[in-house]
Amino acid sequence: MKNFLYKHRFLFLRRFTQTLIMFLYVIANVYGINILMGNLSSSLFLGLIPLSDPYAVTQMFFAGAILTFDVIIGALIILTFYAIVGGRVFCSWVCPVNMITDLANYLRRVLGFNQIQKKQPASRNIRYWAIVLSLIISVILGITAFEFISPISMIHRGIIFGLGLGWAAMLVIFLFDLFVLKNGWCGHFCPLGGFYSLVGKFSLIRVNHDSDKCTACMKCKEVCPEMQVLHMVAKETKPVLSGECTNCGRCIEVCDDDALIFTLRNKKIGEENENN
Amino acid sequence: MSNINPHKEKQKLEKKMKSGVTKKQPISERRRFFLDIARSVGLATLGGLTWSAYVSEVSASKLTLRPPGALKEEDFLSTCIKCGMCVEACPFDTLSLAKPGDNKPLGTPYFIPRDIPCYMCPDIPCVPVCPTGALDILSVSGENKKLDINKADMGVAIVDQTNCIAFWGIQCDACYRACPLLGEAITIEYTKNKRTGKHAFMKPVVNSDVCTGCGLCEKACVTEKASIFILPREIALGHAGDYYIKGWDKDDEKRLENATSEITTTERSKNKAVDTLNSGLEDLLK
Repeated sequence: MKNFLYKHRFLFLRRFTQTLIMFLYVIANVYGINILMGNLSSSLFLGLIPLSDPYAVTQMFFAGAILTFDVIIGALIILTFYAIVGGRVFCSWVCPVNMITDLANYLRRVLGFNQIQKKQPASRNIRYWAIVLSLIISVILGITAFEFISPISMIHRGIIFGLGLGWAAMLVIFLFDLFVLKNGWCGHFCPLGGFYSLVGKFSLIRVNHDSDKCTACMKCKEVCPEMQVLHMVAKETKPVLSGECTNCGRCIEVCDDDALIFTLRNKKIGEENENN
Repeated sequence: MSNINPHKEKQKLEKKMKSGVTKKQPISERRRFFLDIARSVGLATLGGLTWSAYVSEVSASKLTLRPPGALKEEDFLSTCIKCGMCVEACPFDTLSLAKPGDNKPLGTPYFIPRDIPCYMCPDIPCVPVCPTGALDILSVSGENKKLDINKADMGVAIVDQTNCIAFWGIQCDACYRACPLLGEAITIEYTKNKRTGKHAFMKPVVNSDVCTGCGLCEKACVTEKASIFILPREIALGHAGDYYIKGWDKDDEKRLENATSEITTTERSKNKAVDTLNSGLEDLLK
């Protein structure tokens, strides 16, 4: 049991932070306990600190909205935070959609869908195209283009303010990821994930790979939702530098050889071995 | 690629060639590059058009009643970040965020007065919490920047004169009594009831310049479906334009200060109007 917990330590921590954040939003709305008011689009922490989704604010800017001091400060706080800890920490530690897509991904693995459908017919760069498109549409139509279709917002708003038909959005993402495309939504289409990939490009906290310890079992690649970021596994000792890594830590958990750990960006592991 | 058997492939190819199918030309790098670009642009256009069509469709609901102080609908749609802080601030649970299935612009705050109207809090808690200014404090502030809920413009009340029972001659002043601006936003007009000869009609009349669209009248209306109801101002009201003016009202002239005029010149209007009038019938028949 202890080993099981250790082998899923980051997973449980992530579920904890994801649930905790949603819980704080819900109690603010339902009971008026205002630790964290609002939702993931924009919130007020402790009744004082504004927090805003920088991608939503970017779209507002492109849609021609006059930005207030509060949203600019809020967006800068969030932007700075994720630029330091890793942009897509949002995706795996905060975003509630992650629980849905992780479930689809898990079922894919255990039921064997990954074996019958090996080809991934879509490019992971679609998300960057989606960012560009969202900004163009925001300019042309004068409204925040992604915010009006975002299943992420539908779901976190749904959890906090009432779901309506938002369950359908959940189901669509789940079925899409399970039957159409592995990591389809989070790993290919989501422009918010793409946005945070760009934000976290130079972030400090990284997964580091030590090829000397690696036994090339490839468990990490199997479990990774963005497996292209682990291209160095069993080849080179170097940190995972791609901004597309979500810092979810699943690779670290499944590794039986301690070949993967969280480190700071510039810290070299096994440096002396390399020099030999 | 590894599971393709080269021998088998060759056989297939020979078979094809025998059957008259010509060997495919390998695509050059240059051609591949241009094809890739064309494909990306095409797919982006496809995605973009579908996306735009959907977004402009879902944001097109014009019958949405917004919280007090909301910007004009088009500005509101670009400025509201859909955080729901106004919803949380409202002590009466008047506001909700549009859910999928509500057929309102997704995630934006609105209210349905027949369910829960706006109770016109003097401190307007929903407005100052707005982080983006989509709910504009200045638009609900009077002099000295003091909040004044009576400046709110959420919509305007419209009376259905066919179904309002006061217009039938039955005495009812529920909406008039419910109005927070009693005697200003709704007044009662007395007219003689000719049918009975001895009673009066007490007809509710909305003064649309004063009405804030709070919806307390709609909530109070006694008919099964409310006969007085709130519509967004731009839906419910007409617009006189620049051609008509209240000559007896000096202030009304200010409305025309920025008026523009459009002059159309036709063959006939090249002559002076007097000449045309004097020219008799043949000019009209031209």
